Amino acid sequence: MACQNCEELDLIVKFPEKTAELDTYIDSLGLNNDMEHNRGLLIQCLHRAQHIFGYLPLEVQKHVSKKLSLHLSEVYGVISFYHYFTETPVGRYKINVCTGTACFVKGAGTVLEEFKRYLNLEQGETSADRKFSLGGVRCLGACSLAPVVMVNDKVYGNVTPKMVPEIINECK
Amino acid sequence: MVKLSVNNMAVEVEDGATILDAATKVGIKIPTLCHMHLDSFNVEHRCASCRICVVEVEGRRNLAPSCSTPVSEGMKVKTNSIRAINARRTILDLILSNHPKDCLTCEKNGCCELQELAGEMGLHQILYKGEMSHTTKDLSSKSIVRDPAKCIMCRRCETACNVMQTVGILSGVGRGFEVTVGTAGARPLVDTECTFCGQCVAACPVGALTEMSYVYNVWTALNDPSKTVIVQTAPAVRVAIGEEFGMEPGTISTGQLVHGLRLLGFNKVFDTNFAADLTIMEETHELVERITKNENLPILTSCCPGWVKFLEHQFPELTYMPSSAKSPQQMFGAIAKSYYAEKIGKKPEDIVVVSVMPCLAKKYEASRPEFSHDGVADVDIVISTRELAGMFKEAGVHIDKLDSQDYDNPLGESTGAAMIFGASGGVLEAALRTAADWVSGKDLESVDFKAVRGLEGVKEATVNVAGIDLKVAVCSGLGNTRKVLEKIKRGEASYHAIEIMACPGGCLNGGGQPYIHGDTSILERRKEAIYKIDKDLPKRKSHQNPDIIKLYDEYLGKPGSHKAHKLLHTEYVKREHF
Repeated sequence: MACQNCEELDLIVKFPEKTAELDTYIDSLGLNNDMEHNRGLLIQCLHRAQHIFGYLPLEVQKHVSKKLSLHLSEVYGVISFYHYFTETPVGRYKINVCTGTACFVKGAGTVLEEFKRYLNLEQGETSADRKFSLGGVRCLGACSLAPVVMVNDKVYGNVTPKMVPEIINECK
Repeated sequence: MVKLSVNNMAVEVEDGATILDAATKVGIKIPTLCHMHLDSFNVEHRCASCRICVVEVEGRRNLAPSCSTPVSEGMKVKTNSIRAINARRTILDLILSNHPKDCLTCEKNGCCELQELAGEMGLHQILYKGEMSHTTKDLSSKSIVRDPAKCIMCRRCETACNVMQTVGILSGVGRGFEVTVGTAGARPLVDTECTFCGQCVAACPVGALTEMSYVYNVWTALNDPSKTVIVQTAPAVRVAIGEEFGMEPGTISTGQLVHGLRLLGFNKVFDTNFAADLTIMEETHELVERITKNENLPILTSCCPGWVKFLEHQFPELTYMPSSAKSPQQMFGAIAKSYYAEKIGKKPEDIVVVSVMPCLAKKYEASRPEFSHDGVADVDIVISTRELAGMFKEAGVHIDKLDSQDYDNPLGESTGAAMIFGASGGVLEAALRTAADWVSGKDLESVDFKAVRGLEGVKEATVNVAGIDLKVAVCSGLGNTRKVLEKIKRGEASYHAIEIMACPGGCLNGGGQPYIHGDTSILERRKEAIYKIDKDLPKRKSHQNPDIIKLYDEYLGKPGSHKAHKLLHTEYVKREHF
């Protein structure tokens, strides 16, 4: 099955070492023939798969569904539910502006607008050079620092639109 | 046992029963929508997503969804308190606020559970107005139409597809207001492993899943003077179509059905049962041959296109197992456009073959490329039992008021063996009747193989056929089928022959039959009607059908002959498994 979301080839075929890494992880979880048991392990498998491949195109979903003996539609259903999972490739730097209530009240909207303008990206988009992805998240649990921006694992607090170029420049 | 009271009436139910069960026992109907209990198949869907069945339980702060709340000792339930009534109305109102209000033109008009509920609950206005879901219809397949705009997220289709049939096409996709039931990767149905069995359509309470209608194509053909339009009716249609005209479930309306079809204007009214007898000739020939040579066992039946597609996707390594005999529908088409066309001096392209089937997969089957030759399909149009009932109603033909007529000849003569194709176990029993005679060289008196009858999902038996013990199995429902095939693959079971039907209970419960709304007792009555027809027929073995004998004498030669193979046999393909 060719990936419908990008022009890339089947990642499972293209990156056997990554696939092997994923398989080793999944096999270590102690799967069995019980669908109910395997279902409980689905999210962590997808988490790891996204960590390894960067995103979850259909062929990766298919691979996970086969390993866990779950229906592909169910795997897709879970991916479509969680914002965290993405079916399209993301940039090396994943910029997430918190748009939860506290951050929003403290001006996250203007910060997000500035990122959009500066990077010329809409929310949810990735730059052509795959360097940046711009997204929004709901509450990172750091409301005292509102508005909060997260770039990969790094958290920036009390962000103002003026700080945007600075944050981008740190992404090297 | 647990004792409780429902609306101040004392009732005793078994441990683990729900409030809904208890209310039903004392004759109180609590409205339900997402709940579905297919008693005969041991399938219950109680996800409690719609909340329409909420009731008040004394001492409990929140209202309880009665379909999924187990009873407890001393529980006091009020189903019609003002609080419960108000909550139900609000819930219904909210469901309807995001539901297209086009009931008049909806496919499900008159048989929609949501529409019925709105009527019963006396909702006369919709208070909540707001955003509506924006979705697109999936019209990609020949069989099933998906209209997510009408979906109420009861998820009964998911239980039918994923749990009962284990095909796994449908899942809740997205989140929040945007959520919908969809396929993996939002692909159109035609690009999935969907078998088109139609059990999702049978499960859907609203118009989100319906059949692709070909009624207009039939009207067009009937009004084309250059065409000879002939119709074939599948065995299970005659024991169900009466339900659409207020007749009791299980009423046999064969003769009225034939009469009605003549009134619609079909040039000839023929019977798929004729072709079912033909199928038995070819399939039993193969069965006897494979058992004698002891090779490629077990032989699997191949009449059911839903099952065939399931096999091609899920067990591509077993595609050598089914009989190569075409299904009765396709055999009928092949014979109609060769033998019959020659007989009446018409070109195949001037004959339109219409099938009336209890099935939605038959629409897809007729469109398989191997069943067309030089652009002429063997079967041109397939409509379901429901669609034919719709045509009768449109034309003012009330079959309940008609007297009986007989099928036309030569493709209308059939035996009891063909009739039982409509019930799970029937194809195998029909084959065994003929095999027993052929192997023994006698006209055996006992024709009943009762061990293979009934709605159970898997039936196993050792039957004695002319002195030979045969191990046979009958599966209906694709989930049950999967279990048996897995066993065979693991070498844990071996059989000589297995009959497989995609729909639980067989064709009588096909995806194109009148809706049963979860009442499987209707299926029991259809089944009884099928076996009654069989019992009352003078000939009950396919090889004794005089017109079948004539067809072989005049045209095909012998079962398994070169010509028979060319016209009546097919091959299976390996398809992708996702």
